[in-house]
Amino acid sequence: MKKYLLKRLVMAVVTIWAIITITFLLMHSVPGNPFRAENKMPKVVYENLLKKYGLDRPLSEQYFIYLGKIVRGDFGDSMKSRVETVNDMIERGFPVSAHIGLQALIIALCFGPALGAVAALNQNKWPDYFSMILAILGISVPSFIMGTVFIQFIARNVSWLPIGGWGEFRHSLLPSLALAFLPMAQIARLMRSSMLEVLNQDYIKTAKSKGISKATVVLRHAVRNAILPVVSILGTVASNLLVGSFVIEKIFGIPGLGMFFVMSISNRDYPLIMGTTIFYAIVLITLLLLVDLAYMMIDPRIKLTKEGR
Amino acid sequence: MKAEYNFSPDLFTVAAKEDRNKEKIHRPSIRYWPDVWRRLKMNHLAMTGLGLIILFSILAFVGTEINGFKYFEQNYELINVHPDSVHWFGTDELGRDLFTRVWYGTRYSLFIGVMAAFIDFAIGVLYGGIAGVTSRRIDSVMMRIAEVIYSIPYLLVVILISVVFSSAGQGSSLFVMIFAMTLTSWVPMAILVRGQVLQLKESEYALASESLGADKSWILRKHIIPNTLGPILVNVTLSIPRAIFAEATLSFLGLGIQAPRSSLGALANDGLAGLPVGNAYQILIPAIFISLTMFAFNVLGDGLRDALDPRLRK
Amino acid sequence: MKKSLVLVLAMLMIFSIALSACAPKAPAETPGGETPAPTAEPKILRTNNMSEPGSLDPALAQGTHESWVLDHCFEGLMARDPSGKSVPGMAKEYTLADDDVTYTFTLRDGITWSNGDPVTAHDFEYSWKRALDPDLAADYAFQLYYLKGGEAYNTGAGSVDDVGVKAIDDKTLEVVLASPTAYFLELTSFYTYYPVNKKVVEANPDWAKDASTHVSNGPFRLTGWEHNATITMAKNETYYDKDAIKLDGIELSILADENTAWQKYEGGEFDFLTPLPQAVVAQLKANGNPELVIGGEVGTYYYNLNSKVKPFDNVKIRKALSLTLDTQTICDKIAQGGQIPAEGVVPFGMTDENGGEYRNGAGKLAEYNVEEGKKLFAEGLAETGFKAEDFSKFSILYNTSEAHKKIAQAAQEMWRNNLGIEIQLENVDFQVKLDREKAGDYQISRAGWIGDYIDPMTFIDLWVSDGAFNDAKYNNPEYDRLVKEAKNTTDQKIRMENMRKAEQMLMADMAVVPVYFYTQPYAQKPYVTGVFKPLNRYPIFTYADMDMSQR
Repeated sequence: MKKYLLKRLVMAVVTIWAIITITFLLMHSVPGNPFRAENKMPKVVYENLLKKYGLDRPLSEQYFIYLGKIVRGDFGDSMKSRVETVNDMIERGFPVSAHIGLQALIIALCFGPALGAVAALNQNKWPDYFSMILAILGISVPSFIMGTVFIQFIARNVSWLPIGGWGEFRHSLLPSLALAFLPMAQIARLMRSSMLEVLNQDYIKTAKSKGISKATVVLRHAVRNAILPVVSILGTVASNLLVGSFVIEKIFGIPGLGMFFVMSISNRDYPLIMGTTIFYAIVLITLLLLVDLAYMMIDPRIKLTKEGR
Repeated sequence: MKAEYNFSPDLFTVAAKEDRNKEKIHRPSIRYWPDVWRRLKMNHLAMTGLGLIILFSILAFVGTEINGFKYFEQNYELINVHPDSVHWFGTDELGRDLFTRVWYGTRYSLFIGVMAAFIDFAIGVLYGGIAGVTSRRIDSVMMRIAEVIYSIPYLLVVILISVVFSSAGQGSSLFVMIFAMTLTSWVPMAILVRGQVLQLKESEYALASESLGADKSWILRKHIIPNTLGPILVNVTLSIPRAIFAEATLSFLGLGIQAPRSSLGALANDGLAGLPVGNAYQILIPAIFISLTMFAFNVLGDGLRDALDPRLRK
Repeated sequence: MKKSLVLVLAMLMIFSIALSACAPKAPAETPGGETPAPTAEPKILRTNNMSEPGSLDPALAQGTHESWVLDHCFEGLMARDPSGKSVPGMAKEYTLADDDVTYTFTLRDGITWSNGDPVTAHDFEYSWKRALDPDLAADYAFQLYYLKGGEAYNTGAGSVDDVGVKAIDDKTLEVVLASPTAYFLELTSFYTYYPVNKKVVEANPDWAKDASTHVSNGPFRLTGWEHNATITMAKNETYYDKDAIKLDGIELSILADENTAWQKYEGGEFDFLTPLPQAVVAQLKANGNPELVIGGEVGTYYYNLNSKVKPFDNVKIRKALSLTLDTQTICDKIAQGGQIPAEGVVPFGMTDENGGEYRNGAGKLAEYNVEEGKKLFAEGLAETGFKAEDFSKFSILYNTSEAHKKIAQAAQEMWRNNLGIEIQLENVDFQVKLDREKAGDYQISRAGWIGDYIDPMTFIDLWVSDGAFNDAKYNNPEYDRLVKEAKNTTDQKIRMENMRKAEQMLMADMAVVPVYFYTQPYAQKPYVTGVFKPLNRYPIFTYADMDMSQR
């Protein structure tokens, strides 16, 4: 186990290095740069700015300078803000996005598997249709419509719900809900499908025929096995939720990390692009590792150690 | 020593012709795909979905010609007209007929959704399947590569690809977009497939097949892939809305389909402006058609899933 | 089952721990909390600033998302009165020497910084030289190139000691310009010219990063800055004209979404709002809603025609494109915010040598005339050997925005109907658009310019052959000569005459297709009074008041 973790850690470092390298090259091959704008800025001032931020140096040199900084945990200065460093922005934005994302994840995890399981147990009966129509609704409405509609029809009419903004718990309710629909639907449908599969397995039939109560069969055997595919998508679902959504954060005016993913790119704010990308990669890799570990622990058939093979 | 049995011939009668088949299995032997179709037909919800998809696919081409307007035709005297007998779905902010534009948009959305889902499916299954069955070392490397691809900012990729290919002209922009969109979106599918394969690889029937001397590709083709089809199909039907929404978000960021062409997502995005000023139909109509399309694909996906799984055969 | 639940919970726990320090923070201290008026509700005007400022240091500001805050926190040598006129601000008077380049400003008495320090001429000298410092690398340093030696110092070719600004004593500031500049006084109310407190800035280079260390000299002072969330300002009790300030403070939310901001205004969470969603402006205008104000602006929306690309190098083709663009319809039916069809590149609002409207003297240089357009187009095609079908290879380049998209679609349709050509639309990322414009890799591109100061020159000098924003690649030596001559004199007659000639020349060549002159619509609740909008600035709340009983 220790050896496995150590290996994964080494792999993670290599992965992140690859992400850094590819993103770095990609971002510098996209046209534009942080200091170009629609103004009369003379060429000298422009070049002065490039010099100040080291953009006049050869790309390879910039790359190694950047790697050196990253090793020290320094994401550098934003090229658009003279107030906050990239580290500041991530430290400030991530907790906000993660707060909303986590609430959304909890909602999705509370209702998603339950909806899916209920649907599977009542295949082709009304609870099935009801759950699935609910789930389909969740994946049928794009988040930009959902967010806008929430503001127009809910926030405007419920006096204690603010219309966007950030500060108190009540500010986080609608955005969390808007974010939760998609993963909830994804989980519910995946759960239904794998649950149906499991319910037809021999061991379920065996358990049933042994006279074990339905509840025990469902909870002890069916759900536990059916949840596996759900766990396998949890890594990507959770990492997307936790780092925030551009659309939801923009519509609800939330000062989170999600905004930076798009803003940094449209502004060509190089250090922020790199910072958010690396950060996202770390969150994703950590969660994928957790998912693999979870797999190993839930499903005794999967052995990740050498001896198991 | 020889036993002598003497049966008198009158003990025997000629079997009636109709009895000859008694020993035969009466249920006709059914091949796999016709059976899938038969079972799918019994699922009303799935058939509704299929019907809707066929209807929308037809209307996506025919619908633009029905009421005599062109999708780009503007009329500044008739802007923001609510649905009436001339403009069945009303007009937009430039006085264009929304009925025509909805079907035009459906054409693009369906195409984008299906193409992207197909590419996700093809790459995801291939990649995830290989990762799942090969050696642990290769699996590990493949999964790390998937992580790298998934972590690279997708917008950067889209911008870069659209810039690189922009010289290729307008016509190709749709394919450029689909290409850019699927460059990273197949990863969740690959991860799902790999997880399923890892699980199934350890299953009893795979083990049995292996002990009977089957090679890996046989097990993969005959046992593992058919058995992972359920969750994969569900994921494919989820890929279609994902791709349609991804395109809508790209339109929102200015990287989607080029105006005045449109997609359902882009129409809904345009319609957002009408919401606060009492022109809610401008967003509701595209939103309803997105939802119906999604509904159709999803129930069809569910139906197919049930129909494809031999264990659910009743 | 248990094990899996435990696992899922464990995963959640890990993140909860990471998040433990991140419960939403209480909102920043509200400026109203400090006013000693316990009985009356503090008058805090609430509105929206679309995006997070990159800095609240005047030297480093780049655009309206910064300047709207700065315009309330700082004051330059000159200021704006409610009618928009330049009036003495920090300076009480000035003299201009006979050489037309040496100004001597005398500062007002009793002016202090928000921390109590007196505002001195030394602060001004320090601030301007600091903004020009190449090490600071201020984006807008070029706004100070009007000073003698300013450009040389900023570009590293000269010394700081040669910059034409000097404090003679605490109250007297001597400014020497590189060349006579008729609109220099007005420039001193531009944010790059705002002073900073020398003592504070020297002691703490990070002074502008936090509300607690931010020091300013204007009618308001910064009291809170929650990044990407809110900026709060309170009335500056040390401001010399504090009795005229009725508001206790201003609270700016930072909300990027126009529709959400509008919902917040309609729902009573904002007292004032700009910009407004286009559809909302159209509706308010159609209903005659008194909350809508169409604020004046000096800006021009236009299409660049790339003169380096055939057949756009042909003047008849260019003129035909302008003649067949129905700008009146674009204003009335599409932009719908009270915009005015552009008659040239210089918008209304500029005064000429006689104190009249510049535009009237320059004349109507662009019009809608389909017949004439068709005729010229046919001639142009014959001259260049192009066919109408060839235009389907060309496109209108524009950056992402609903407004640009609508106008581009209308232009495409008008040209299709009037000239029978199928021009494509190409919507690209903003930086990609800039890049392609700089590289000359486009045929038609959307552009806009908002005047930096109220003088036709801010528009006219865009098209000198080496102009940084001359993306149409217009190159006309006579034009360059007229502009150069106008720039080097304060004789209004010569200046205006030259600029009129230049503009007529530019429009005769139809280097760009002007579309409309901007406006800035805004909405204010009926209980808000006294807001004024200088032509090239965002609305100013300095003299605003609110009847809190009506809120």
